[in-house]
Amino acid sequence: MHAFDYARATEPSQALDLARRPDAAFIAGGTDLLQLWKAGIARPELMIDISRLALDIVKPRDDGIAIGALARLSDVADHPIVQARWPLIAEALNAGASAQVRNAATIGGNLLQRTRCAYFRSGDMPCNKRAPGSGCPAIGGENRSHAIFGGSPHCVATHASDLAVALAALDASVRVAGPAGSRLVGIGDFYLLPGDTPQRETVLGQGQLICAVDVPATAGRAAYVKVRDRASFEFAVVSVAADLVIDDGIVARARLAAGGVGTRPWRLTEAEAALIGERADAAAFDKAAAQASNGAEPLAHNAFKVELLRRTVRRALQVAGGKA
Amino acid sequence: MSKTHVTTTINGEPTEYLCEASQSMLDVLRDELDLTGTKEGCGSGDCGACSIIVDDRLVCACLMLGAEAEGRRVLTIEGMSHGDKLHPLQQKFIEMAALQCGVCTPGMLIAAKALLDRNPNPSETEVRFGLAGNLCRCTGYDKIVRAVLDVAAEQRETTR
Ligand SMILES: Cc1cc2nc3c(=O)[nH]c(=O)nc-3n(C[C@H](O)[C@H](O)[C@H](O)COP(=O)(O)OP(=O)(O)OC[C@H]3O[C@@H](n4cnc5c(N)ncnc54)[C@H](O)[C@@H]3O)c2cc1C
Ligand code: FES
Ligand code: FES
Repeated sequence: MHAFDYARATEPSQALDLARRPDAAFIAGGTDLLQLWKAGIARPELMIDISRLALDIVKPRDDGIAIGALARLSDVADHPIVQARWPLIAEALNAGASAQVRNAATIGGNLLQRTRCAYFRSGDMPCNKRAPGSGCPAIGGENRSHAIFGGSPHCVATHASDLAVALAALDASVRVAGPAGSRLVGIGDFYLLPGDTPQRETVLGQGQLICAVDVPATAGRAAYVKVRDRASFEFAVVSVAADLVIDDGIVARARLAAGGVGTRPWRLTEAEAALIGERADAAAFDKAAAQASNGAEPLAHNAFKVELLRRTVRRALQVAGGKA
Repeated sequence: MSKTHVTTTINGEPTEYLCEASQSMLDVLRDELDLTGTKEGCGSGDCGACSIIVDDRLVCACLMLGAEAEGRRVLTIEGMSHGDKLHPLQQKFIEMAALQCGVCTPGMLIAAKALLDRNPNPSETEVRFGLAGNLCRCTGYDKIVRAVLDVAAEQRETTR
């Protein structure tokens, strides 16, 4: 296996400094990066350990919450204020991985985890994401787990994070720091469509650090519904995050995002629009769910996701709508 | 590539070692420190056979670098018994035949200990959720889950 050097950063500025080397990579929980390194997919010459930076703090405010990028998934999921005011985040985190992984993995690393596409993970089959220009065998091959939204002739891999789906529904932003200062990027702008550069997945530049995720306050009722091939410890086939504001029985605001179906976390804007101003009842939920798959472009082996997405949306709306 | 010097505590013992930057904690435990109780199943976080506890957190040693143990407290299966006196979970696993081939057992025991340390009164659902990262190809899990619930109940009795 490819050998690398190791440096532990104690300050964000030091981490950014070390990361000026183009062959360096940050390692946080290491749960994805070490998998990719073992498979020969990530080949950094220097691993910059950022896991001890003081960016692991969860700071609730009146108008939202700032979650440090180095906060562990388990600590965020167990945080009483996250559970009380942003249950969607806690639910999405607890629906993913295992206790071991959630204890080590971080919020920033979760957002940057690479796709579970088997061609990508194989390390040696053609894959435009891993080896640009080598082709995408998924398009004409095994594509049951691939995207029905956002694909291109070059890549149809889904984004695997559960957390990112919840954050997309909550209109979160990602705080990014680079040598030139820091900026806030809405999660809808953070992830890129594959287009003809599927190797680029986010707007994060080489050597830039995610410092935190900002989530606005929500008065909504929330539900995260994840459908997978086994009952636990598995990535989503389809997942849906719903955040509904209901006034006097009428839907005042609806936010829906889906995982397992898009090349990035996917907002379901037509289904959202179908709910606004409607009475929050089974008929309205059915009507909205029917819109969820509009525009889907299924592949040979994943057409089932079109109907599964509608049903998962309906379930998420029922669960969220049923909460007091 | 230079070696990294690590000062840490393993099973209560102050420990120092030199490791390659690219050695996992699992490699360090097994190959450098001769602590071979921690097993490698998959090497990718999928099976839990390599479970250890680092500063009270259950993690996979296969997805941790040896260099990351600097200044931490590490507990492995070798540190679970008190000398010849088995930990109640170990004793119960034997009594209830909660193991067959034994490959998953060290990781399962460490994960069960981490679970009970955090939650001494788990429901069956909580035990299954807490142990979801530990795969067992032999027992079908029921005996393991019952052993953990039994130990939890007995420990509550004795601390009452
Ligand atoms: C067995 C298993 C099951 C899993 N199941 C699920 C699941 O069901 N749902 C799910 O959502 N996820 C799942 N995951 C993925 C897991 O959640 C991610 O591996 C984890 O969140 C990554 O976080 P990390 O801190 O370990 O990142 P690392 O592996 O340390 O890093 C990942 C990437 O992010 C970069 N990076 C990390 N932090 C920063 C930062 N602050 N700024 C800039 N770059 C950074 C690294 O350079 C690297 O490229 C699973 C993983 C495993 C191993
Ligand atoms: S060996 Fe670490 S999880 Fe399987
Ligand atoms: S006893 Fe054989 S894998 Fe669990």
